[in-house]
Amino acid sequence: MSGDASFSPVVGGSALATGAPSPKTPRNVARTGAHPNPSADALRAEFATVVQRVDVVWGETSVVVERARLHDVIQWLHDDEGQRYDYLSDITAVEYRDVEREIEVVWHLRSLPYRRFLRVKVLLERGAALEVPSVWDVYKAADWLERECFDMFGIRFAGHPDLRRILMWEQYKEGFPLRKDFPLRGRFSRSEQLRQALAANPEARYSKDELTIAQALEDLPADMRRRLTAGERTGE
Amino acid sequence: MATTKRTIDVQLSTTGFDSQGRPRRVPLAVDEAGNTVAVAEPPGLEPDLEGEHMLINIGPQHPATHGVLRLVLELDGETVVRCIPHVGYLHCGFEKIGEYRQYNQIIPWTDREDYLNSPGNNVAFALGAERLFGIEITERCKVLRVMACELSRIMSHLVWLGTTCIDIGAYTPFLWAFQQREKIYELLEAWIGARLTTSLTRVGGMGADIPDNWIEGLTAFVKGFPKVVDEIDRVITRNGIWVGRTVGLGVMSPEEATNYGLSGPMIRASGVAYDVRRDFPYLDYETYDFDVPVGTNGDVYDRFLVRMEELRQSTRILEQTIARLPDGPVNVDDHRVILPPKSRATSDMESMIHHFKQVMEGPRPPIGECYVAVESPKGEKGYYMVSDGSPKPVRWRIRPPSYVNLSAIPRMVEGHLLSDVIAINASIDIVMGEIDR
Repeated sequence: MSGDASFSPVVGGSALATGAPSPKTPRNVARTGAHPNPSADALRAEFATVVQRVDVVWGETSVVVERARLHDVIQWLHDDEGQRYDYLSDITAVEYRDVEREIEVVWHLRSLPYRRFLRVKVLLERGAALEVPSVWDVYKAADWLERECFDMFGIRFAGHPDLRRILMWEQYKEGFPLRKDFPLRGRFSRSEQLRQALAANPEARYSKDELTIAQALEDLPADMRRRLTAGERTGE
Repeated sequence: MATTKRTIDVQLSTTGFDSQGRPRRVPLAVDEAGNTVAVAEPPGLEPDLEGEHMLINIGPQHPATHGVLRLVLELDGETVVRCIPHVGYLHCGFEKIGEYRQYNQIIPWTDREDYLNSPGNNVAFALGAERLFGIEITERCKVLRVMACELSRIMSHLVWLGTTCIDIGAYTPFLWAFQQREKIYELLEAWIGARLTTSLTRVGGMGADIPDNWIEGLTAFVKGFPKVVDEIDRVITRNGIWVGRTVGLGVMSPEEATNYGLSGPMIRASGVAYDVRRDFPYLDYETYDFDVPVGTNGDVYDRFLVRMEELRQSTRILEQTIARLPDGPVNVDDHRVILPPKSRATSDMESMIHHFKQVMEGPRPPIGECYVAVESPKGEKGYYMVSDGSPKPVRWRIRPPSYVNLSAIPRMVEGHLLSDVIAINASIDIVMGEIDR
């Protein structure tokens, strides 16, 4: 970059100085048999039986933990000096085609200082409540990721401050799209979807939260006020 | 007021100014006798809002929201008190559709999520699927994929640069950026036949090898491109308006940026040198010589500087790929995933069976799961795939970088002016196709 130094960004290698050798592209990764991430053993030592299983598949370590202690596990991984999983990559869920098999909720964590990657899982039995603890207070990144997981799978994250639908609209009535019992075309027929879209109340796109900000409800025309307070109901 | 008769008469032109230079009040009403009377409050002047907050809706059809993003803003005067983003207007259920497609059939869908970075998405998906199949790709394929990734990084950053310049009020750099982008599109068109939705890769290789004389075209681009970057640099990097509109906006501290899960230029502008290419390498990125630019203040201006430097670094990587591109096959020799040549499929029984099985059933990876992340222009793009041994994935999850980056926008715009919301939003570099999927 030409010119004044104060306008140039710092250019350099990775700022994460832990003395570890620089990582290499994994080659010829075997499906099983790789060494597990050292954090898995540390978790076992710290939480004993809370860690139900450790799998290493394609070189990636998955730790299955008890649902009730999930928040403690993640908090510990985040705070412990030897782990420092300070980066939450992703939260998602997996439902298998086998209807007997548990639904898995998956957290992908990264430790930027130690360059480690860990997958934490909680298994939700069929028939049990689809609820897991929220990690929003540990990672702010969990906000939208948990909302999406709720939106797509109906899994509730206890402790999330604002758990509502995000990709689908709030009045969406067809269920949870990524569940295996949800048909690819949706539950309602095309004509029903069209009818609902045409009958939709345009003002219902504002949530109650947003309406309280406006403070101008009384000044609006009567018909608009009626639609706003009716929510998605259109009186049809 | 309803009974008074309002007139606007010649008195308007005779009022003049008072001793302080303010316009005199205009009598706009007359009583029954025809005498003018003063009106308490001149019409058109509203009483002060007195801290009353206003709700402003931006989008989803607003050109400065870069797609169909909708922001509901609570304003105190012109200052943002709260921002409530709404996404999902472009939701098409990519992940759901992926569960009904074979692995190679998903690749066209990856074009359409982050459509400014199609080759990079194709590469990321192919890497994930190859991990799931346990395939090690050829050396030539690796270098070609690095070329594709870096070309698409330049392409995406150029679109970001052009549109952000327009948002902030500069039109010329947009034209310069899009001219260069057009050159990359021509290269891609020569390579794979498509410009925007490239579907460049296949599981185990590429859709096509580069054509003859393609490297000459790339060399010409790599030679000419840094001059254009310098030109844009000269025009805007130290431009007073540009600096004034970007410095100190949307600041994220390093701790916050990490905690909010920002990635790509967003986290690096905040001073965290997290680059997937460097920290969790793939495609032998550790053997390339490139720098990871890191900002210091974490504001919109630093994000701009980081992206400008990444344009130069990507050009450096492209130069190295040209120098080291090896000869040899592009596709792996694995009949599970790579179709036999058509000539053999019609003459050789075994090849015909492989062809038939692949087309009719699709390749079956073993039971397993993997999360493969690459450094897309927007940040850490991850594909999480779960296989139950059937030809279609049980779950195909996209970790969209701009989705997570955008989730920090309420934090970033808080306390800034309405016009700065546009600049901050532009600095995130969102692509709604990727956010809504």
